[in-house]
Amino acid sequence: MSSFSLLTSIVSIPWLGALMLASMPRAHVKIVRVLALLYSLSTLALGLVAWANFNPAATGFQFTEQHAWIGVLNVSYHLGLDGLSLILVLLTGLVAPAALLASWKVERDPRLFCILFLFLQGAALGVFLALDFFPWFIFWELSLVPAFFLIKLWGGPDATRAAYQFVIYTIGGSAFMLLAFAALFAATRTFDFVALAAAAQSGGLATKISARALTAIFLGVLLGLAVKVPLFPFHTWLPSAYAEAPTGASMFLTGIMSKMGVYGFLRILWPLFPAQLHAAAPVLIVLALAGVVLGAFAAMAQTDLKRMVAYSSINHVSYCLLALFAVAGAGAAHAAASGAALSGALLQMFNHGLSASALFFCIGIIESRSGGKRGLNDFGGLRTAAPMFAGLCGIAMFSSLGLPGLNGFVGEFLIFRGVFGLVPWAAAVGTLALFATAYFLLTFWQRVFHGPQGPGVASFRDLSGLEILTLAPALVLMFVLGVWPQLLVSIFNPLVTAWAAHLP
Amino acid sequence: MNLLPYAIYVSFAGAALSLIAGMRSATLARWTALLTAVASWGITLYAACGFTPSSEVLTLIDIPWVSQLGIHYHLAADGISLTLLVLTGLAATAGILFSWNIEERTGEFFAFYLALIGGVYGVFLSADAFLFFVFYEIAIVPKYFLIANWGSTNREYGAMKLALYSFAGSALVLAGLLWIYATGHAEGFGLGQLAQAAVTITHGQQVAIFALIFTGFAVLAGMFPFHTWAPTGHVAAPTGASMLLAGVVMKLGAYGCLRVAMPLLPAGLEFWQPVIAWLAVAGIVYAGLVALVQQDFKFVIGYSSVSHMGFVLLGLAAANPAAVAGAVLQMFSHGVIAGLLFAVVGRMVYERTHTRQLEHLRRLPLHRLMPFAAVVFVIAGLASMGMPGFSGFPAELTILSGTWQVSKVWALVAAVGVLVAAAFTLRAIQVAFFGSTDEATDVTTHPHLMAPVTWPERTGAILLLGATLLIGLKPDLLLNWIVPSLQSPLMQAVWHGGVR
Amino acid sequence: MNYSYWILARALLPEMTLVAGALCVLGYDLLRARHHTAAERRSAALWIGATAVVAALIDSISVGRLGAVYGNTLALDQLAVVARAGVLGLTLLTLGVTAGAKNARHPAEYVAIILFATSGFTLMCAAHQLLVAFVALELASLSLYVLAGFDKDRRESAEAALKYFLFGGMASAFLLFGFSLIYGTTGELDLTRIAFAIMHGEMTPLLAIALVMVIVAFGFKAAAAPFHLWAPDAYEGAPTPSAAFIASASKVAGFTLFFRLFWSGLSATAGDVSVAGNAGGWLILMALLSGASLLLGNLAALAQTNVRRLLAYSAIAHTGVMLLGVIAAEISGPGPLFYYVATYGVATAGAFGVIAVLEANGGCQQITDLAGLSRRSPLLAGCLLVFILSLAGIPPLAGFFGKFYVFAATLKVGGVAGPAGWLTMLAIALSALALYYYLIVLKQALVAAPAPERSGRIRVPAAAAITLVVAAGLVVFLGVFPSLVLGLF
Repeated sequence: MSSFSLLTSIVSIPWLGALMLASMPRAHVKIVRVLALLYSLSTLALGLVAWANFNPAATGFQFTEQHAWIGVLNVSYHLGLDGLSLILVLLTGLVAPAALLASWKVERDPRLFCILFLFLQGAALGVFLALDFFPWFIFWELSLVPAFFLIKLWGGPDATRAAYQFVIYTIGGSAFMLLAFAALFAATRTFDFVALAAAAQSGGLATKISARALTAIFLGVLLGLAVKVPLFPFHTWLPSAYAEAPTGASMFLTGIMSKMGVYGFLRILWPLFPAQLHAAAPVLIVLALAGVVLGAFAAMAQTDLKRMVAYSSINHVSYCLLALFAVAGAGAAHAAASGAALSGALLQMFNHGLSASALFFCIGIIESRSGGKRGLNDFGGLRTAAPMFAGLCGIAMFSSLGLPGLNGFVGEFLIFRGVFGLVPWAAAVGTLALFATAYFLLTFWQRVFHGPQGPGVASFRDLSGLEILTLAPALVLMFVLGVWPQLLVSIFNPLVTAWAAHLP
Repeated sequence: MNLLPYAIYVSFAGAALSLIAGMRSATLARWTALLTAVASWGITLYAACGFTPSSEVLTLIDIPWVSQLGIHYHLAADGISLTLLVLTGLAATAGILFSWNIEERTGEFFAFYLALIGGVYGVFLSADAFLFFVFYEIAIVPKYFLIANWGSTNREYGAMKLALYSFAGSALVLAGLLWIYATGHAEGFGLGQLAQAAVTITHGQQVAIFALIFTGFAVLAGMFPFHTWAPTGHVAAPTGASMLLAGVVMKLGAYGCLRVAMPLLPAGLEFWQPVIAWLAVAGIVYAGLVALVQQDFKFVIGYSSVSHMGFVLLGLAAANPAAVAGAVLQMFSHGVIAGLLFAVVGRMVYERTHTRQLEHLRRLPLHRLMPFAAVVFVIAGLASMGMPGFSGFPAELTILSGTWQVSKVWALVAAVGVLVAAAFTLRAIQVAFFGSTDEATDVTTHPHLMAPVTWPERTGAILLLGATLLIGLKPDLLLNWIVPSLQSPLMQAVWHGGVR
Repeated sequence: MNYSYWILARALLPEMTLVAGALCVLGYDLLRARHHTAAERRSAALWIGATAVVAALIDSISVGRLGAVYGNTLALDQLAVVARAGVLGLTLLTLGVTAGAKNARHPAEYVAIILFATSGFTLMCAAHQLLVAFVALELASLSLYVLAGFDKDRRESAEAALKYFLFGGMASAFLLFGFSLIYGTTGELDLTRIAFAIMHGEMTPLLAIALVMVIVAFGFKAAAAPFHLWAPDAYEGAPTPSAAFIASASKVAGFTLFFRLFWSGLSATAGDVSVAGNAGGWLILMALLSGASLLLGNLAALAQTNVRRLLAYSAIAHTGVMLLGVIAAEISGPGPLFYYVATYGVATAGAFGVIAVLEANGGCQQITDLAGLSRRSPLLAGCLLVFILSLAGIPPLAGFFGKFYVFAATLKVGGVAGPAGWLTMLAIALSALALYYYLIVLKQALVAAPAPERSGRIRVPAAAAITLVVAAGLVVFLGVFPSLVLGLF
């Protein structure tokens, strides 16, 4: 596939779509929406093409494109795909169109909405595919701009503050990441992730940079990534941002943008700073655990459904980080457990993307049908008014819960198995969160869908065809991946094995 | 390249022509001014096309002028000056486009404007300290009249403060230059001759002279704590003048530091480096925090200029090739961005809404009433924040990289400054343009805001946006010029701390 | 020892021409112009006077450098020739200013006295002997006193003349006393012989007193602080062309004379100002005068609301710089000093010229009377801009280069460490301060809107317009090409 730049296409087609829509100020709303959807689906199409031509056994980067860009700064336009990026590209290809479909009925300035959304999608894909800090950071930072406007202009009553907080926190973290990479550049004269990872592996980084400086750089990168995931205690921006954002944006935020942070940990922090991560692992494990546990317990305390799922997101993504930190802290002795943990983390990324975005979509349906209400106690007996909705929403909920047979289980199981083998006490504490998660999701299930019908529930329409279409792919995958996770694992298994084998 | 001196002459000639044209009609004056600015910009671009980057400084003219003092009319250019010359041309053209709506005494306005530009071109081309100083001071008087005559808030006070601070700064520079000349028994005022003379002076005196000259230039560059003239003056100035003042004239000060103070007295730089760096980072953070609480939209931009110039000064203070290259790139980048920001605030918003108070603007859904202005300001704001993809990012990246090599702490504080910049810029964007999401308001309820975007505004905005985007994605266009120039013999002295 | 009357006559040709011219002016007015209008009488007087000045200029240049004349009573060296040319040029400028000013009651007498004063000035430039110097100085001063009081319609004019006369007379007394002491100590009147006589001697108390006396007199004449008290009132009250004349030509002649006196005659007692604490002499006194003038002139000017008084205090400040030029002449010769004084003269005379035209069109005493000048007369505003900026020391005008050269030359005397160096730094700092009050004037002229009662357009008489434009052009030209003047030395 050398003559056709697959990866550049993946990144640029959504942006081209945004540009095209921007130049059509007087197009009809329907045309705008359909065009946007088509451009968004291009990611899935090209992702599948990539999968078809992907060789899982080769653990390096495939479809690479590298062109010299800024000679003076030794910056190159470097894109590459490995197992990790592929699953995230596929996830984006699934979640983004779903989010667009979820926003089909947006009344206010739909053209601008679609433009911003496509721009956001392209930026996220760029993050997953770029392998040189300069272009990677461009995508990382640029993704904030459309997210800000999506939240602010179409969001709830407190959207302004939420959006502002979201952007400032993230940029704050990125400022330190910028400094860290500037420092790395000063010593190594390269921004390329692959080159830097190789240097770190061979011990070259340690020879060029003093230990204290390297620690400071590590902390800078950590800070930038930690805010994005988010890692406790840098998570305070998330509940408001997710809750105030419009449905489509919430789906994308939780499904994709939080994965950008985890991706960053796996692609940048761990390969470049294995020793520092190993040293900091105990503290980081505690933080991840805090996110796991406190996220779940905080979700329990919520009455706003969206905030509940937002906190649950913190919980689920923190599992991924827990696995990673456990592996990083453990060392080479536990290859099998590490492999399991890492596989689990990757699976969890994908699965959570699906289930959380589906859940936000369901809450969005509830909200739009009830005229803006989304409190836990505002409903009851929804199952009788809209049985199909209840069924499908239930599947999403149980997937999020980790019910065996659905996709959520496999990821969580592998994570727990791996972490138990590496840091047993952390696994034990983490199980508390499982209980809490079960509790609040079941509460959600019970209070909203069961019991006597609440006020206004009787007029609750069941799902329309479009809504079913939106949910269907995710739900199907929930079942498929529940019984046949191998579908996904086959993509990254050699990669994970290689990672586990190269532990310090 | 040999055409470059004509940029100066064309500007001054254009100033005279505009004055005369203004007696006929305002339109004639405007077009004269625009053509002059485009012509001189064209000269710089033409020179840029034919420029092969090297560490040499290319002499354009060198004729004896006042032999009694050894003064030569010596114009020369290298990559650094070329970068700034191109910036001047761009900022001048955009500034004139954004001053298209000046109706009173139009000829005089453009006469002062072009005279200022001519002076600025002269500074960037001078290779003789006396000539440098002459052009530097020529630029002061037009500034005063531009602000006092056509300005807005507190214009007489702002104009006088700006002029006096600039003049005081140049008095310090004069004292320092004469000191070197007399005590070092220099043969003349060429930069090389003064550098040689400076080496023969005692170390203590070198340190003192450096303090004089650097402070003198740094005042114009808006270094904390001598920066207070900048927000007042720039707010008081009319839009086109603010664009030029914040965008280019502040860079004269930084350029003076780089071209005169540092190479002539590297021993002094070594001594004062911590002080300068701390003042620079203090300026970055302090000005940013002050910008965060401003109620007047233009003051936010004014303080943001001081904050960004702090980056330039930090890069210069770090005194290694990477940081200084970043500083020069930041000079270019901020010149463009400041122009954009002032253009939107002054010409697009204020001329239509007649208010710059954020509280009032908050109630107007400006993003619906002025979509073009909103888009331009958002992009300019992103660029100002250092968003990758725009020119501020590679500049800040290189400055941070270079500064880190000298002191981690300074780099860290500067990174905090980046965060503060994001905060106040985002606040301004949000409150001014997106404060109200009132769906009911549209152009019919605010007819005075219907004034459509004129073609000069559009052209000017596109020019500036294009520049920041181009350099953001391809900074090596400029870095290829700048980096070799930093290896010239005079600059070598800076890197090696004065060993010759 | 050359006592040739013929050479003396040739040397004094400019003076004779001027006196003849003055007599012609008076004669013409008396005989032919009794029944003409005031404007015609003035015009005739000015033309004849200008012709005389031009003739004197041609004489002076064609006579050239004769060297020592009549037993070294006069010395027509390069400095004398150039200074004479400068004085004559400034006189021409003053005559042009007169053309635009309010009409005096006796224009012919006015011009005649200007010519007499000029002849005194040119004699001062060439004088090389104490008595000749004194006579020339008195000739010039008496004429200037009369010129100051010429406006009989205003009380201030008489007051100005009286103050000027009293102070000036006292100064002359000091000077004469100082000269007589010098004669008593050395036994010589000729400057060269005086120099020879004191070269080997020491600073005796008598000589010291003589020096102090002479410096005090010099201070009075040059309006240096603390002997400046007459200047603000004189500049305010005198008719505008007189003020222009006093500010310009008399400074050139005065400084030339005193330069010669101190450096040619008394240089042995100069002392040292390069390092603090070195041997005293008159240099240190000059330095003190300079410092005082700089401080007082600049600081007092800040508070002025009357534009003429502002120019007077600015003159005092500039005198401070000129005194620096005298100090700097130790190493750099008369070049920096002369350039500065001459270009200052042009700029000040020009500024007064603008004021004169304004005065003829409604009065001009306060700074606010200048309001809206750019709308009333762009020509006047533009010229005023050039003159004031030159006084402020803004490049590329002559005032800037003058200051630059004087400062550079003074620093060469002893570097930054000694009194000369400190003074230079003070001067640089104060000139930064001075921009404030100059900008106040320009603000009124170019920014402020005209007052309703003074908003009509001003018609500038042709002769005055040409004069002002030529003067402005000269300020710019000499600023850009200073070596034209410096090369003369």
